[in-house]
Amino acid sequence: MLDKLNEIEKSALESLKSVTDAAALEAWRVANLGRSSALMGVFSEFGKLSKEEKPVIGAAANRVKVKLEAEFESQVQAVKNAALAKSLEEEKLDVTLPGRTKFIGRLHPSTQQLRRVLAILAEMGFQVYTSREVETDEYNFQLLNFPPDHPARDMQDTFFIKTDSETDNPMLMRTHTSPGQIHAMRQFTKTNPQDPPPIRIALPGMCFRYEQITARSEVQFNQVEGLAVGKNITFADLKGTIADFVRRMFGEGARLRFRASYFPFTEPSAEVDVECFVCGGKGCQVCKNSGWLEILGCGMVHPVVLQNGGYDPKIYSGFAWGMGPERQLMLRNKINDIRYFWGNDVRFLEQF
Amino acid sequence: MKIPISWLKDFIDLDGLSVEDIARKLTLAGMEVDEILYVGLPMPVYKEGEKHEFKTNGIAWDKEKIVVAEIREVKAHPNADKLTLLDLYDGEKDQVVLTGAPNIFHLKGTGRLEKPIKVAYAKEGSVLYDGHAEGQVLMTLKRAKIRGVDSYSMVCSEKELGITEESDGIILLDDDAPVGTPLADYIGDAVLDISILPNMARNANVIGIARELAALTGRELKVESPKLQVQPATSNLQSVTDLVEIELKNPEINPRFTAGLIRDVEIKPSPYEVQRRLKLAGIRAISNIVDATNYAMLELGQPLHAFDYDVLKERAGKKKVKLTVRSAKDGEKVTTLDNKERTLTSSNLLVCDEKGSLALGGVMGGLESEVTDNTKNILLEGAAWNFINIRKTAKQHNLPSEASFRFSRGVHPAMADQGVKLGLHYMSQWANGKIAPGIVDVYPLKPKDSVVQVTAQDVKKLLGIDLTLQQISDLLTKLDFKCKITNNQLQVTAPNHRMDIGEGAIGLADVLEEVARSYGYDNIPTTTMADALPPQTGNPVHEWEEHLRDLLVALGLQEVLSYRMTSIEKESRVVQHNTYVQFANPIAPEKSVLRRSLIASVLDNLEKNIRLSDSFALFEIGSIFEPVKNNLPNEPRKLAIAMTGLRKENAWDVKDSTTYDFYDLKGRLELLLSGLRLTNISYAGSDSILHLHPGKCAEIKIGAVVIGVFGELHPLVKEKYELGDSPVLVAEFDLEAVRGVNPTYGITPVSEFPPVYEDIAVIVDESVLAETVEALIKQTGGRSVSQVKLFDVYRDEKIGAGKKSLAYNLTYQSDKTMTDADAAAIRNKIVKRLEHAVGAKLRS
Ligand SMILES: [Zn+2]
Repeated sequence: MLDKLNEIEKSALESLKSVTDAAALEAWRVANLGRSSALMGVFSEFGKLSKEEKPVIGAAANRVKVKLEAEFESQVQAVKNAALAKSLEEEKLDVTLPGRTKFIGRLHPSTQQLRRVLAILAEMGFQVYTSREVETDEYNFQLLNFPPDHPARDMQDTFFIKTDSETDNPMLMRTHTSPGQIHAMRQFTKTNPQDPPPIRIALPGMCFRYEQITARSEVQFNQVEGLAVGKNITFADLKGTIADFVRRMFGEGARLRFRASYFPFTEPSAEVDVECFVCGGKGCQVCKNSGWLEILGCGMVHPVVLQNGGYDPKIYSGFAWGMGPERQLMLRNKINDIRYFWGNDVRFLEQF
Repeated sequence: MKIPISWLKDFIDLDGLSVEDIARKLTLAGMEVDEILYVGLPMPVYKEGEKHEFKTNGIAWDKEKIVVAEIREVKAHPNADKLTLLDLYDGEKDQVVLTGAPNIFHLKGTGRLEKPIKVAYAKEGSVLYDGHAEGQVLMTLKRAKIRGVDSYSMVCSEKELGITEESDGIILLDDDAPVGTPLADYIGDAVLDISILPNMARNANVIGIARELAALTGRELKVESPKLQVQPATSNLQSVTDLVEIELKNPEINPRFTAGLIRDVEIKPSPYEVQRRLKLAGIRAISNIVDATNYAMLELGQPLHAFDYDVLKERAGKKKVKLTVRSAKDGEKVTTLDNKERTLTSSNLLVCDEKGSLALGGVMGGLESEVTDNTKNILLEGAAWNFINIRKTAKQHNLPSEASFRFSRGVHPAMADQGVKLGLHYMSQWANGKIAPGIVDVYPLKPKDSVVQVTAQDVKKLLGIDLTLQQISDLLTKLDFKCKITNNQLQVTAPNHRMDIGEGAIGLADVLEEVARSYGYDNIPTTTMADALPPQTGNPVHEWEEHLRDLLVALGLQEVLSYRMTSIEKESRVVQHNTYVQFANPIAPEKSVLRRSLIASVLDNLEKNIRLSDSFALFEIGSIFEPVKNNLPNEPRKLAIAMTGLRKENAWDVKDSTTYDFYDLKGRLELLLSGLRLTNISYAGSDSILHLHPGKCAEIKIGAVVIGVFGELHPLVKEKYELGDSPVLVAEFDLEAVRGVNPTYGITPVSEFPPVYEDIAVIVDESVLAETVEALIKQTGGRSVSQVKLFDVYRDEKIGAGKKSLAYNLTYQSDKTMTDADAAAIRNKIVKRLEHAVGAKLRS
């Protein structure tokens, strides 16, 4: 009897090896573990055994049954795994084919850069103040200490608006956002002319210069100015504020220097150079080998401007600084042609 | 302006300072050095990773290989007529040098020269610019055989040494040039190209820059240069004051006029060193007399004008010359020395004698009294002019000159006589002239000295630094200010070469700026503002616009930003307006007016891009400009959108993408408005929007307010553009109107009971609007119907002609679990209402 069981086990396991699909598995199970299988035959003949044989044979038959069942289960798993492996293999894709894209929108690069600048200024307590793009000579020049025919006007060639008659105060396209300084100061002084409140504002917007359109010059460009006016504001504060701004804008390690300069509406005035962030100051095309990039102009608000805004220069002082988001983008992205900005070629816009 | 370092050294000791040190000090103090051009001096060598400071250019001359030498004889070349062989001594050895230089060719075969000619001699292996190549190309001098003669060295032209572009002829050095000395030690130089700011006109000259350097380095300015102090020599010559008189008719714009006389000048080229400096400064060397006026101007800043005195005397009938400076008559003419006849206006000033006009005052001399090669006696003018007047005149006649550059920025009248003295000094040195005694000096309007009171508190308040009055005084004295301390106050008087120091509060700011510059911006501390932070209120309008941009981008639209300037022709393709804001000085015909339509801007951009992609969805937010008679234009803010092309990008497995139509745009607008939290929106077809397809456009209203229009571009409008075949959808919003609508805030609570979904389809007449049906469903269903979504519009013969079927997904929702019976009850109510109101029939 034991021999027979061994024989059953051996032949069943042998035949199981060649079973590779679900149908054959079921057939094997019926043949080897089903009611009419040889193994079940052993169990059905159990009653015929002697008292001594019963436990021995019983244990052996059970062992074979457990063994066959276990082997069957593991073969079921193996067949499943093989089938899965096969189908996984068959479903293999060319992962290098392009993915399906979707049309997406983007902000114009100038808007993106304006936001970066304004976000930093907002953190520093400078709030956005906007004003009109067509201005009068008075607001764009005279109140900002550019007298008529002053050489400083050469620095800002101007688009004038056609009018019916000649006037001392022609309309023009603002050449900078600085007219907003006067608008803002006058608005603030209205609330309390005797003791006007301190000011901290950011003035963003499009400005215009009468220049031929070339790779280097454009008729319009964005500008952002910061303006602070108060009773205790010094040139040292201006340096500190600019240093803070530059650190946030260009990174912790950005070295900067203040060069004396001239703007009619500030005095003392300075240009601020930042160590070239393209070459790290070693000299490259972008910085024309100087290692420095001119990124903003600044200065203490001129007493004439404070006066024109309604702030007594004996009591108040302030500073202002201005910069160009397009210029920042050009430097940062090595853009060699300013005409890209208003050209709006989608191949340019898509890169931001 | 370009300033050679060698010239600066006439006025200040620069030992121990490198060219970069000098350039850095000037740059930080407001005289920005744009470029350093090396012309002989050693150039800085940067090690790997070392930082550069300036844009540099030029050439260094090898001290071993390029030296001063002398030509002792010019011999014929045995095999070439046009070449000569030079017997040359380089301080160590005799050399034979081959040259074709035309300016010594006439000495060929004249034997040993009586006076050797000093030249710049380059030995084998020298690095020079190629004299024959276009532009500046470096080459190394190599040994070669030229027409059978061994050539291993050369005498150099200015081009080869980088002094000018001149390659025709060799440099003939001054007779005192030391033979054998390295050329770099003798005339090696570096040129600083300095930007002169409008308030620093005083520094547009060598002495001005030297004075600043003296202040910046604490060194001495050697203005006590004898040439400035020398009064015209007394001699037995007749004094100029007996020969010339001057009358000024407009002292307020011509406050001073001085003149000196020099006799028996010998007109010839200037010494080489003078020519070299002038050339490096960017001015052509012409003759000793013209060079002397230019040299004195570059050195001191006072432009000068030389008249041929004999011409003036002749015109005066050999009597006393009388010069008058007066306003020109309108239409009066003068021929300037560039041989152009100029028609004048009354704002121009003319220098005249009794016979007529001689020169355009302060801008350019006249042709007739010009100095020529035959001139013997010279009347040298140094005058003062109002800078605004000169600026206008130079602009009016398009005459930018070195003189008008300086005069139009302001030259202090105190410089006039100094300039004349300096000019005469150089003429006497270079042209062997004899200076007549005296100087004619008419000075009716002497400017008042600028005097400013400064306190230590002023400095502390504006600059944030603590300085004593003595320290402030020291800083200003370095810049030639005169300072006096009295009662805790410093009285500061501006030096008489400066016109940029005002009075009162302005003067104070001017002086404080000089304190800051002299102290050094770098030395001023960096502090955090201690002043009160104003109340923070934000800018809701700006923030709202930025939110709008974000919504549009989220909807897949690309932002563009356009020129505000356009042309009426371009805009009128889409909208017609009668009036525009026009430019008095348009830069180009296509940029002659300010835009009135933002749609036009976006369509222009679409047209430019149309071939670059299959699909576009663009938007712009910005101002348009509505003219107001005799006043500033209105600048309303607008939003414009344009879409055209494919809905989906075609790809390797997507071939059948369809194109955008009316409802694509409408869907985006619906999402946009819901993003702005706007409700109660209605869409009404309109046939009064001329640029849009009359059947495919609508006004967007909130209540009775029209906030925008949208639709498909009218075929006749589209024809005027190149916009491809697909329909073009456009929308425009008035942002003030949109912003004027109060948004609806608050959300509908999400029910915890499961909703019941059901579809119904109703058949209605074609004329019944979807909007009407939806509104009826919502009204009838009330709170029980939480969502109504049209999912199909169907037309078929079975339904009947002139009819359509509208199919809706309805979502029923209640405060309790809704049963089928509850849903059926609502549905029946809705169907009944639709039957009653619009004759709808339930489609089974
Ligand atoms: Zn760089």
